[in-house]
Amino acid sequence: MDLGQIDPILLLASLMVAATPILLAATGEMVVEKSGVLNLGVEGMMITGAVVGFAVAVNSGSPAAGFVAAALAGAGLALLFGLITQVLKSNQVATGLGLTLFGLGLSSLIGKPYEGIKAPSLGKLDIPLLADIPVLGPILFRHDPMVYISLLIVLGVWAGLKYTRAGLVLRAVGENHTAAHALGYKVIRVRLAAILFGGAMAGMGGAYLSLVRVPTWVEGMTAGAGWIALAIVVFASWRAGRVLLGAYLFGGVSVLQLNLQAAGAAIPVEYLSMSPYLVTILVLVVISLRGKHGAPGSLGRVFHATT
Amino acid sequence: MTDALLTLDGLTKAYPGVVANDAVSFAIQPGEVHALLGENGAGKSTLVKTIYGLVKPDAGKMFLHGAPFMPANPRAARAAGVAMVFQHFSLFDALTVAENVALGMDDPPGQGQLGARIREVSEAYGLPLDPDRIVGELSAGERQRVEIVRCLLQNPRLLIMDEPTSVLTPQEVDILFKTLRKLAAEGTSILYISHKLEEIRSLCEHATVLRLGQVVATCDPREKTARDLAEMMVGSALHVPEREGGETGDMLLEVKRLSLPAPGGFGTPLRDVSLSVLSGEILGIGGVAGNGQDELLAALSGERPAPSGSILLRQRDISRLRPNARRALGLLAAPEERLGHAAAPEMSLTENALLTGDVRERLSSRGFIRWGKAREFAARVIEAFDVRTPGPDTAAGALSGGNLQKFVIGREILQKPDVFVVNQPTWGVDASAAAAIRQALLDLAQTGAGVVVISQDLDELMEIADHFTALNEGRLAPIRPARGLTIEEIGLMMGGAHDMDVADEAAIAEVLA
Repeated sequence: MDLGQIDPILLLASLMVAATPILLAATGEMVVEKSGVLNLGVEGMMITGAVVGFAVAVNSGSPAAGFVAAALAGAGLALLFGLITQVLKSNQVATGLGLTLFGLGLSSLIGKPYEGIKAPSLGKLDIPLLADIPVLGPILFRHDPMVYISLLIVLGVWAGLKYTRAGLVLRAVGENHTAAHALGYKVIRVRLAAILFGGAMAGMGGAYLSLVRVPTWVEGMTAGAGWIALAIVVFASWRAGRVLLGAYLFGGVSVLQLNLQAAGAAIPVEYLSMSPYLVTILVLVVISLRGKHGAPGSLGRVFHATT
Repeated sequence: MTDALLTLDGLTKAYPGVVANDAVSFAIQPGEVHALLGENGAGKSTLVKTIYGLVKPDAGKMFLHGAPFMPANPRAARAAGVAMVFQHFSLFDALTVAENVALGMDDPPGQGQLGARIREVSEAYGLPLDPDRIVGELSAGERQRVEIVRCLLQNPRLLIMDEPTSVLTPQEVDILFKTLRKLAAEGTSILYISHKLEEIRSLCEHATVLRLGQVVATCDPREKTARDLAEMMVGSALHVPEREGGETGDMLLEVKRLSLPAPGGFGTPLRDVSLSVLSGEILGIGGVAGNGQDELLAALSGERPAPSGSILLRQRDISRLRPNARRALGLLAAPEERLGHAAAPEMSLTENALLTGDVRERLSSRGFIRWGKAREFAARVIEAFDVRTPGPDTAAGALSGGNLQKFVIGREILQKPDVFVVNQPTWGVDASAAAAIRQALLDLAQTGAGVVVISQDLDELMEIADHFTALNEGRLAPIRPARGLTIEEIGLMMGGAHDMDVADEAAIAEVLA
């Protein structure tokens, strides 16, 4: 094994790219869960976003159009989930699992003609001046725009939940839907909006995989990224900052283990492949051992208006 | 209706199978404290929800200051000056006091300014509150203050209060009443719903009595006795439980210096609890909710094992025994939460009877259920305790609260316990069912059993208990004979007015004067 092959700057730079899909999906799911809904369909929405975004980007030549289409596709699938669970009051766990299976099947159907094609490049956003800083420049400031957009979204979600009226209402609905209803808030409507947002975010996360990270369409390419996003939300105690930490940790270990594989480390490949999942969950579990966990009080419960 | 604040005219609301409100009409004057009386299911909640815009009536009109008033939602009601304090707190545990208040307002000021307003208003009305505390950590009395302050910040013209005192100590009730009288003196009308007739007699100037959705009487409660009011609600002479002051005998249950850490984050630890129950005695344990009632019941029933030597039944150490072993020895218990704790909602009454009756009634043999015997036992409970249900195959969750409570209590009493521990035996149960349950407890003691009644209803405890004590933050006050206790003494045993010393009270009296 030759650790000298691993360039730490390149490693840290690719960490952000590796983390972005999960960061997007987990931030979206955190908002959904904050509103009291458990959507286990993240994986299905991600992979649908991946294939739809890829197809639109290839056909139009515009990766930006691909991301928009992926967000719409994810939101469309989420709308299906929202109607079934919020309007028809079905069980959220079963519906979410169904959504994942549906998304996986749908994506391979749509994706058949696109296998083996390369995605149009999104291009790098070399931020002037900052990008020229030694070490930090290549790590932080020479990425594609989606990396920065995803960070802005996390910041926006954090501030929105903490400081705005809409965020307060969303948290209230997730905390105690009966009380929120009694005060005159539209529980179902707030939740549907959150579900749509979560779907759009998962869709974009999927598109980032197929358009930037890989960048090609491979059947089943999300490979559990949606599930790890779900786990990150829980172990991050529903806090935006910790979701960011969890996603970057996962991205970091993923990149590191790939590099170790390439460097021919004397550890079986299977152990290296499982390491990002193990490390991320272990670290977040240790963090969440301290203090309150703060699951939203109405998480996963079906709301029946009692009037 | 010219100078009335709110006039209701023929309000009718029907649900499938039941008419909740049937042509209800009455008026509330400005600055009046108006009581709304009625048993559970009389339609009080539906009526106030209509006024607050949560329920749309099928027929009838409302007028506010003479103008037609029909709020489409609570927001419209609040905009018109109607505010409501809910029976079950409409608070969000994980949010701060300020955030909770902001959620109840339509146009809240910024967070800093709101905090200052909360301090200002809460102190002006003698209800001190810290806007930055998390609501989940507050006591029941403090949580209610949050609700009231939330309403007061909107300068309501009509304040609706649904059972506001059920979780307060007598001293806290006093403070609440002073606040309400001050509000009324300032011209705010108050619509006050309560089961506690003595409170209504001391606070309200006017009362409207509902029965089965109809207005059956209006009166000035100050001129009536509590018994008159109760009979108006029930519509017949009320059977008051009789006690014959029976003999007490041997020591049955003894708890010695029992301490248990709090279960989970929001529970209460038990601290050095000692008590004893004699044969034929009823021990009443009062206290505000959340002061260790559930924890004490769990320790006595065997849900949580206690340290060795702390719980003795007839001098035998049962501290480490599980519930079924204690049942076999004659100690039975009925917890407060009917659905999900005392009974499994989705299971039939027969199955529920089996769950606690198996050991003493031998409802199974060699691991197989004897369905015939179980059914027969459930049927006996239904028969003996007048449980209104189609039969033992009905799901427990389908019964009304009062009927299920009768079943849960009856199930234990028919097993002829030597010691019976019950938490909140008549919570949410209408007056006649409550009287029947209390009579059953008295009868049980009469047969020589020892009974421990944990309850937040002081009138109930005074009615049936021989000895009285109270739980306050997991500690038990010294046990005293129930007869002759004054309400002030009881209040002090319950912990007095939380976080308010005498000097504070004087200051409040000054503010309110």
